[in-house]
Amino acid sequence: MKIVGIESSSLVASVAVLEDETLIAEYTVNYKKTHSQTLLPMLDEILTMTEQDLASVDGIAVSEGPGSFTGLRIGSATAKGLGLVLQKPLLAVPTVDAMAYQLFGCAHRICPIMDARRQQVYTGLYTFEEEFQVLQPARAVALTELLEELSDKEGKTVFLGDGVPVFQKEIRETLGEHALFAPAPCGRQRAAAVAALGLSYLRTGRTQTAAEHAPNYIRVSQAERELARKRAAAAQGERHE
Amino acid sequence: MKDILVLGIESSCDETAASVVKNGREVLSNVISSQIALHTQYGGVVPELASRKHIENINTVIEQALSEAGMTLSDLDAVGVTYGPGLVGALLVGVAEAKAVAYAAKKPLIGVNHIEGHVCANLIEHADLEPPFLCLIVSGGHTHLARMRDYGDFEILGRTRDDAAGEAFDKVARAIGLGYPGGPKIEKAAERGNPHAIEFPRGKVDGSPHDFSFSGMKSAVLNYLNHASMTGETVRQEDVAASFQAAVVDVLVSRAVGAAVELGQDKLVLAGGVASNGALRRAMAEACLQAGITLCYPSPVYCTDNAAMIAVAAHYHYIRGERADWSLNAVPNLPLKGEIL
Repeated sequence: MKIVGIESSSLVASVAVLEDETLIAEYTVNYKKTHSQTLLPMLDEILTMTEQDLASVDGIAVSEGPGSFTGLRIGSATAKGLGLVLQKPLLAVPTVDAMAYQLFGCAHRICPIMDARRQQVYTGLYTFEEEFQVLQPARAVALTELLEELSDKEGKTVFLGDGVPVFQKEIRETLGEHALFAPAPCGRQRAAAVAALGLSYLRTGRTQTAAEHAPNYIRVSQAERELARKRAAAAQGERHE
Repeated sequence: MKDILVLGIESSCDETAASVVKNGREVLSNVISSQIALHTQYGGVVPELASRKHIENINTVIEQALSEAGMTLSDLDAVGVTYGPGLVGALLVGVAEAKAVAYAAKKPLIGVNHIEGHVCANLIEHADLEPPFLCLIVSGGHTHLARMRDYGDFEILGRTRDDAAGEAFDKVARAIGLGYPGGPKIEKAAERGNPHAIEFPRGKVDGSPHDFSFSGMKSAVLNYLNHASMTGETVRQEDVAASFQAAVVDVLVSRAVGAAVELGQDKLVLAGGVASNGALRRAMAEACLQAGITLCYPSPVYCTDNAAMIAVAAHYHYIRGERADWSLNAVPNLPLKGEIL
């Protein structure tokens, strides 16, 4: 089965074509955030270079979030547009799951961290002990809270993602030698991992239609947060009266 | 001659829309998914929420436009999409979607300027209308007086120096407690008000007879409300709405008709959301009749943001061989061709 993978949740733009257990092509750029301009030309280039016909694709795997809201929507809209025309299912892969999936065989805890601003990270917790296991699914959490949780646990944790350069010092100070950091080949998002997990979703029927797919932002928008706060404050005020 | 079928996609602000248009004039489908209900509780358009809504709805809207037109993607000749001006996050959804649709369907892609689309909305219901003509473009984000010399080619004669006309409507509506969306609410309230109750200034720009200024008018309304609240005077919402609307309409009509007469243009078209305002249409029609100018304006459904107008504009670019490539990006401040920012 052939899968197209799309990843644009952060500074990394990445596309891949996978056929069963073989990666046919991947194009990954970690440079400037110009995904709107680059993502489709990148996909066109690898498909053309490897003489692939889009019509032969069985599913479109997309990194569903968390991540940059705009980045996620560029990837999502691209996947939805392809799915609409090709009439093929979408495979929505949690961004942090796909990041962790790159560390095959790693029996330590795997902890992807994406800088989510406001001193928070988008993260999840995984291990490859025996098989790929999701210990804690994607969430947004304060780094201090995450480190507290981890320092209570036995064993080592491998960190990866764009949160590493931002928080490495703090992580080392808290976890010391229990913190490991993934090297460059598996240190950021890659569409090959999105496609590979997507293939496993397709095999188990964990699919979405292109129409129903939307990113999983994890966070509500700032406007919704403020409106909820305003309403809560008003309700509080009424109770005091 | 073979028919040319264009799919238009629009997501520049708070409407997700798709449409199929035949030969640049005949609308086969025109699907609009409005987000007004969502944004009303925030008192205006929230860009992030608009973008989220676009991505949720866009495939359904496109599929509905195709099925209402009785078409599949393979029947189409091109895909046209709004790539600016507008909210960048909102635009990006339509642009990324349209690119992927055109790419997978192996159809040419056309990038369309949203404002040009509004002008082209007039071509739908006026079969004989051809450029050159004068256009008054009035919406929440734009107030332009321009000459459309040819399809896609504009000469900008004047513009607002501050607020757009629709923006002034929104701000005044908020100030007098009518809320969002301001345009339709002011128009409705004004029906029961006296347009001569308060004389608001008719803003002008010294030395630029074709330019507009609405911030002075808006400030005059705010000052009037402040003064009334300090002196305990009762404010009749309907009178403020009617008097403010009359001032805006006066300015728009005198500038547009004045320019048409001065430049010897015998055709004037209205475009943009504010063009659906009844008071503006009536006053403009009367002034044009007296000056011997043919006036065109679209039905309300084509004044609001829609994708039929985008497909129409895309049609004329398509037949001239213009194409966008797969790197097409959203451009939030996209100027009209011929416009210098």
